Amino acid sequence: MIDTLVIPLLKIVIVLNATLVSVTYMVLLERKVIAWAQSRLGPMRVGPYGILQPVADAVKLMIKEDITPVRADRWVFTIAPIISMVPALIVYAVIPFGPEVKLFGRQVTLYITDINVGLLYIVSVASVGVYGIILAGYASNSKYPLLASLRASAQLISYEVAVTLTLVSVIMMAGSLSMVSIVRAQQSSHMWYAFVQPLAFLIFFIGGLAETNRAPFDLPEAEQELTGGFHTEYSGMRFALFFLAEYANMIVVSSVATTLFLGGWLRPFPNVAFLSFLDFIPSWTWFLVKSFVFLYIFIWVRATLPRYRYDQLMRLGWKVLIPLAIANLVVTGIIKVMLL
Amino acid sequence: MAQAIAFYFIAACILGFAVLVVSTKDTVHSVLFLVMDFLFVAALYVLLGAEFLAAIQVLVYAGGIVVLYLFVVMLVNLKRPPEAHSDPHRRTMLGFLLAAAVLVEVGAIAVYGHSQPAMVPVPGAAMPVTGNTAQIGWLLYTSYLIPFEIASMLLLVAMIGAIVLAKREL
Repeated sequence: MIDTLVIPLLKIVIVLNATLVSVTYMVLLERKVIAWAQSRLGPMRVGPYGILQPVADAVKLMIKEDITPVRADRWVFTIAPIISMVPALIVYAVIPFGPEVKLFGRQVTLYITDINVGLLYIVSVASVGVYGIILAGYASNSKYPLLASLRASAQLISYEVAVTLTLVSVIMMAGSLSMVSIVRAQQSSHMWYAFVQPLAFLIFFIGGLAETNRAPFDLPEAEQELTGGFHTEYSGMRFALFFLAEYANMIVVSSVATTLFLGGWLRPFPNVAFLSFLDFIPSWTWFLVKSFVFLYIFIWVRATLPRYRYDQLMRLGWKVLIPLAIANLVVTGIIKVMLL
Repeated sequence: MAQAIAFYFIAACILGFAVLVVSTKDTVHSVLFLVMDFLFVAALYVLLGAEFLAAIQVLVYAGGIVVLYLFVVMLVNLKRPPEAHSDPHRRTMLGFLLAAAVLVEVGAIAVYGHSQPAMVPVPGAAMPVTGNTAQIGWLLYTSYLIPFEIASMLLLVAMIGAIVLAKREL
């Protein structure tokens, strides 16, 4: 009873709350980091150093008037933000934050579940997230959101191909689709896959930037051309859902990249006994630190790089990343058969 | 018991959404119901213990192919005037005949299936691998290698055909 019902439910509650809180604080972090990059201070008014800004934002968005345009497709307009938020949250079901630990005299795993098609589950859930964007643009019945949503979905579908191909080469290395087994395979091969598969790592990161519609691939939100993006007609909490979904997706990409390429919860050099004094740091801390590095790079890239043009974006995706990913896959296969 | 309840619930949802797909006037809504239908079919696979198939179902059908449907539906204006419903070239009789043929076929399969032993042994049941995904891979590359290769060849031909159609001067 406790093992099958109470503990999983508790884990789900904890993970969902932790995700939502970190999403709101990601917004603050982004504003702060970009402000520092531009020699500004960023939000400073609410709480010391603006630390309570997310709370103020949440209250503001919740009490704002929620407008549905008259010509909008009401039903689809309402479910679009939900569709974009839910996939970003349910992905955490298979992300391993750590191995088994002993907690209050009970063996508890630091992941909600470990299914044998974990990685495939993440990819397929993420592919459903596209609908939120397409439907938001369609249901608004307004030209700029429609243009933005067409851009966004074309971009997502194109980069999904390259990203999925890099995942295949990781699966070939690990010999498993389960997230926990992939981390364990990195431990037993004495190497993070970022060093074995540097090209796949790079393509995954670029594809991740593009799939979360982040700079320099934030064309669906190009304010100068589209007055905002696919969520132009949304207001109040429904707009907030799109906003939060974008950040939740960033955290998802960071966690998946950490698990697949940076050894998940493993400490640096997990098999070097000399460094075993690092074990006093709990495994989930390593996971969080690695994911945070990724999130910081996401913001850093946004503060640094200018936006791509649309044709450049498509050319990069189809003519550079996908062929590279396929070549990487073939080479991985050859090496795996010949040498191992 | 719980399995049976889950199965009947999912089956009812699949049939209900399938009816909504063909009866809804708005084409975009119709495509959305199709997505729901595919998701419930994936749930049925999970119930049967075929997680790999379920994930592929969501990834390929719900997440991939229907997005393209949605593109086409959104870009082509399908808001037809009402006279489209009184099209003189509609072959209603042919439709009913086809539906009757399918019904007879399904009935025949159901009757035939009842007279057979419940579980047909899988070829190559003594597999050296365990786990859903690994077993599918093993079967595809041993017992079903030739059908698998033929299917991939067909897909390749379709892809080349599409490229040739789209780009006439290569």
